[in-house]
Amino acid sequence: MSEFNLDDCPRIRRGFRLQWEPVQNCDVLLYPEGMIQLNESAAHILKLVDGQRSIAQIIAQLQEQFPDVQGLDEDVLTFMGVAYAQFWLESC
Amino acid sequence: MHNSGLSPAKTVQSPPLWLLAELTYRCPLQCPYCSNPVDFARSGEELTTAQWIEVFRQARELGAAQLGFSGGEPLVRQDLAELVKAARDLGFYTNLITSGIGLTEKRITELSDAGLDHIQISFQAADEEVNNMLAGSKKAFAQKLAMAKAVKAAGYPMVLNFVTHRHNIDRMDRIIELCIELDADFVELATCQFYGWAELNRAALLPTREQLDRAEKVTQKWREKLAAENHPCKLIFVTPDYYEERPKACMNGWGSLFLDITPDGTALPCHSARQLPIKFPNVKEHSVQHIWQESFGFNKFRGFDWMPEPCRSCDEKEKDFGGCRCQAFMLTGDASNTDPVCSKSEHHGKILAAREQAEHAPLGVEQMVYRNEKMSNIIIKG
Ligand code: SF4
Ligand code: SF4
Repeated sequence: MSEFNLDDCPRIRRGFRLQWEPVQNCDVLLYPEGMIQLNESAAHILKLVDGQRSIAQIIAQLQEQFPDVQGLDEDVLTFMGVAYAQFWLESC
Repeated sequence: MHNSGLSPAKTVQSPPLWLLAELTYRCPLQCPYCSNPVDFARSGEELTTAQWIEVFRQARELGAAQLGFSGGEPLVRQDLAELVKAARDLGFYTNLITSGIGLTEKRITELSDAGLDHIQISFQAADEEVNNMLAGSKKAFAQKLAMAKAVKAAGYPMVLNFVTHRHNIDRMDRIIELCIELDADFVELATCQFYGWAELNRAALLPTREQLDRAEKVTQKWREKLAAENHPCKLIFVTPDYYEERPKACMNGWGSLFLDITPDGTALPCHSARQLPIKFPNVKEHSVQHIWQESFGFNKFRGFDWMPEPCRSCDEKEKDFGGCRCQAFMLTGDASNTDPVCSKSEHHGKILAAREQAEHAPLGVEQMVYRNEKMSNIIIKG
């Protein structure tokens, strides 16, 4: 599995695109000849991935957005684990 | 969808998420495993730029998200960049599926400016000589290499596609090595499927089980090596269903997510369906919505009601939808039969016989029929 640190700034890998699909009623990640439907929390996280924010900043921002949600940091780290392992994301 | 609450509720049709635009059957190469119909020379006039864009618009409205530009060789169309731009503006993820012939650095820049998302280049083999022989062209290989490099240099993600068969599959190690050298992001190692020209040449193309096993092992070794290096390249190995006991879930079910528009506007539920004795609708006469939701052709094998035995009462039907309709038609003469790949099919012997032939009496390369217009016309005249 890929390594990443809290102060890494992830960006979406070239050729991958996050997009809202009205007909599917969800956000999807599009890539060469494929598409993954994202659940809401994955979409929230991915929308903050811009190559500028660090993972720590993404967590902080989400905590501000959703102050009532418990264990947000773990959700983000789990998602990052998957996203790095699948090479959807890379560090700048 | 149009449920006003007054009409009886219909099951909502899933959207055609994948749109394939076969822009043209023209192609400078002559691959003997080409999946284009063998009578392509009879195909009608190609859709115009405006007609294509209208198809994209309508399909996008229905929910299509992935758009593949293929052919033939899509680069033959001079309006390709214009089509890409229109599709991208509509929100499609745009894939160019090319042999690399006709690609230049200038065109790569043009396509990139138009917003093209990804380029897939197909190779015939990893060796210059075999590649060129299979492609029916002396310069094909060098051109492909140069263009694969240019595609990467332009920052594109790149899929390399190798159609494998008995004459190149033993070189799997070199094929993968070449792909890594070229810095591919995804590599498709697809044993050729027997449709179109490939079906004509099956006796010369089908590898033996032993060849296949070896190739799969080589691929697995490479996967482990890449994983150990945390290398992003992904290897996709597609086995020919001739060596399976259960058919593939062809197109994930008839009319379930795949919509193919052929050069003259005929709409198909899969790219080889044209050979079936079914009249398929044309976008020149019907809206994409009508075609997808209402047309006879797209509903013919939807769901499970059309199935005869043994599929009808089989508990695996939701997994494989009874397999491929085209294969059933080619091998049994009836498109609604169980795909003979399935060991429950009474025609499974045909598949066993093909394996037998691959083992003991294959045809040589020189006996293959190459895909070109002259051959296509001869085949039409029969
Ligand atoms: S398979 Fe070969 S001949 Fe057929 S369209 Fe592709 S490049 Fe052309
Ligand atoms: S009998 Fe039909 S449904 Fe059952 S496994 Fe075979 S092809 Fe699939």
